[in-house]
Amino acid sequence: MISKREFLQATAAASAMLLGSGLGPLGKVAAQQRLTQADILRFDPLGALTILYVADTHAQLMPLHFREPSVNLGVGEARGLPPHITDDEFRKHFQIAAGSADAFALTSDDFTALARNYGRMGGMDRVAALIGAVRAERGDNNVLLLDGGDTWQGSWTSLKTGAQDMVDVMSQLKVDAMVGHWEFTYGADRVMEIAKNAPFAFLAQNIRDNEWQEPVFEGRKMFERGGAKIAVIGQALPRTAVANPRWMFPKWEFGIREEDLQKQVEEARADGASVVVLLSHNGFDVDRKLASRVKGIDVILTAHTHDAMPGLIRVGETVLVATGSHAKFVSRLDIDVKAGKVAGVRFKLMPVFSDAIAPNAAMAALIAKVRAPFAAELARPIGKTESLLYRRGNFNGPFDDLICDAMLAERDAEIALSPGFRWGGTLLPGDTISWEHVTNATAITYPNCYRIQMTGRQLKEVLEDVADNIFHPDPYFQGGGDMVRLGGMGYSIDVSGPMGSRISGMTHLKSGKPIDAARTYTVAGWASVNENTQGPPIWDVIAAYVARTGSVSIAPNSAVRVTGA
Amino acid sequence: MSFMSSEQSRRDAFKLAGLAGLSLLVASPALATPEEVASAIGKAYGDRKFASGKIKMDVPEIAENGLVVPINVEVESPMTDADYVKAVHVYAEGNPLPNVISYKFTPACGKASASARMRLAQTQDVVCVAEMSDGSLYKAKATIKVTIGGCGG
Repeated sequence: MISKREFLQATAAASAMLLGSGLGPLGKVAAQQRLTQADILRFDPLGALTILYVADTHAQLMPLHFREPSVNLGVGEARGLPPHITDDEFRKHFQIAAGSADAFALTSDDFTALARNYGRMGGMDRVAALIGAVRAERGDNNVLLLDGGDTWQGSWTSLKTGAQDMVDVMSQLKVDAMVGHWEFTYGADRVMEIAKNAPFAFLAQNIRDNEWQEPVFEGRKMFERGGAKIAVIGQALPRTAVANPRWMFPKWEFGIREEDLQKQVEEARADGASVVVLLSHNGFDVDRKLASRVKGIDVILTAHTHDAMPGLIRVGETVLVATGSHAKFVSRLDIDVKAGKVAGVRFKLMPVFSDAIAPNAAMAALIAKVRAPFAAELARPIGKTESLLYRRGNFNGPFDDLICDAMLAERDAEIALSPGFRWGGTLLPGDTISWEHVTNATAITYPNCYRIQMTGRQLKEVLEDVADNIFHPDPYFQGGGDMVRLGGMGYSIDVSGPMGSRISGMTHLKSGKPIDAARTYTVAGWASVNENTQGPPIWDVIAAYVARTGSVSIAPNSAVRVTGA
Repeated sequence: MSFMSSEQSRRDAFKLAGLAGLSLLVASPALATPEEVASAIGKAYGDRKFASGKIKMDVPEIAENGLVVPINVEVESPMTDADYVKAVHVYAEGNPLPNVISYKFTPACGKASASARMRLAQTQDVVCVAEMSDGSLYKAKATIKVTIGGCGG
């Protein structure tokens, strides 16, 4: 548990970082003014070692829009702490001007207008340009490039190539090491094949063979950069076997494995590591708790929960980095190593404004090559949207509403369930909806859209269980992610209630009647973790609905009432 | 209409929605309660006092597969003839029979450590009791969550 003192330190560290570097240089650029590549790269270097960090790119090779959440509640000790602050509160905490480039990149309000002004973010050719520039400035031997996972999944091209497109891109970027989560949904054989052959290390100290408890992957790797030894320990999503289909990797067991991690840290120090880095797919709140319990980690590079923060969070002697998702940001950490120890850390979250950065030509060529076989398919227009379509938010997002509407209509269901995934791009009002946009929100290896009968009682059980997975006060009992999205049904949720009594007021929206515990409802859903789930792939369901509708309009969603926040 | 549900309906809900792989669980007899575990422990030890400490329970916070939940128990002891762990008992509050495992040890065991897999039907507390050679008793408890999960990241 984080103590009050640690909380105060965390707040102070965040402010200090902002004033020291953080997004400080960007903050000086007047609101509404576009940034240059030099503004984005500007950094007052420290020491000899630089760590560059990207995570949760979800296989997005091209620039896109991605709206950050307006609702991102923290519970228990994390309540009200970054990253569980949004919009005005977020800007105040990190000293960001409303309407500025940083506000567009990091907060959600006024998104459409700001998106039209600042343009798309991300693009692996732009990421490559930033990485190349930092390597040129610091020297190749002084820069370590790490990837926090959820890199191989999230696009049609990654799905269709079994992640080969992303492996090729990561290889060309010269990634040093990565960790995994969605990677595992390509199945154990494919993951092992890549891990064995790729030029980067695939690290995971917390995966064991469930028969002999032997490590499946290398747990850590030592690198020499900037004249120092840096130990990188990998931590895969501890809840992968619960969150994703276990039958795809039936012999693997996950878990947090704090004690094993502590041993890894001690062994790394014994091997002469001056810097110990945890490359972690735990999710931010789990890492914040872990940092207060596992001793001797200098830096935790966090992932999974897709948080982007322009300042470091300090817990005891450990600093936590949250680098965002979808290649919107590249984190730079300069580390001053003195007498075999970390003497200072300087950080900047570099926003990848695609219009401001000159693409790296070699990477642009590779991206064009890997996309070429699918280019016509990806560009195929399906329909249009009149509404802003985004996904992030604890309870709903209009893109998920669209998916639920599609399931209700195309599968003739009374209620639709859609998982609370945090990945997938954002579309602006007036945008064409292409095949690429549909698949960016749905490209998974278990896409079947099922149709079943469930009683009201069973629906309540599902909602309660998912709610506990998100709002359990102890992050070690959470699984990450957002609430399951509902079509055709409303409910109330008390996020601070105990397991089993958070959900009330379940209502069948079409009839306006309360959901009857004993009645049976026809329910459609997708992304079931059960093997041999029947039904068409969800992308076909959505495409059929959008094509038939022509122009999609999503009304504001008021079906979920939230209390206890 | 009440939403109070039986364990059967809960499993059916998970199976149907397929939000996680709990569908293999089959119908089981009535489940124990925390009171029944307390009563089973009471029956075995009467009103003897339990100390805390010495027992290290290694269990997952969240079960990956409710059918085979790993548990590792280790009790701190020199394991000499004069001072050793005689037995360790594991109780699961939400299982049909609360006393799921008992281990007997002798000084020749070298250390009092044992691993097993147990089937847990639902989220529950698992209680370990260690009997020492001097007659003292130790107790420890851990919550294991059995969930349909769901995923966002």
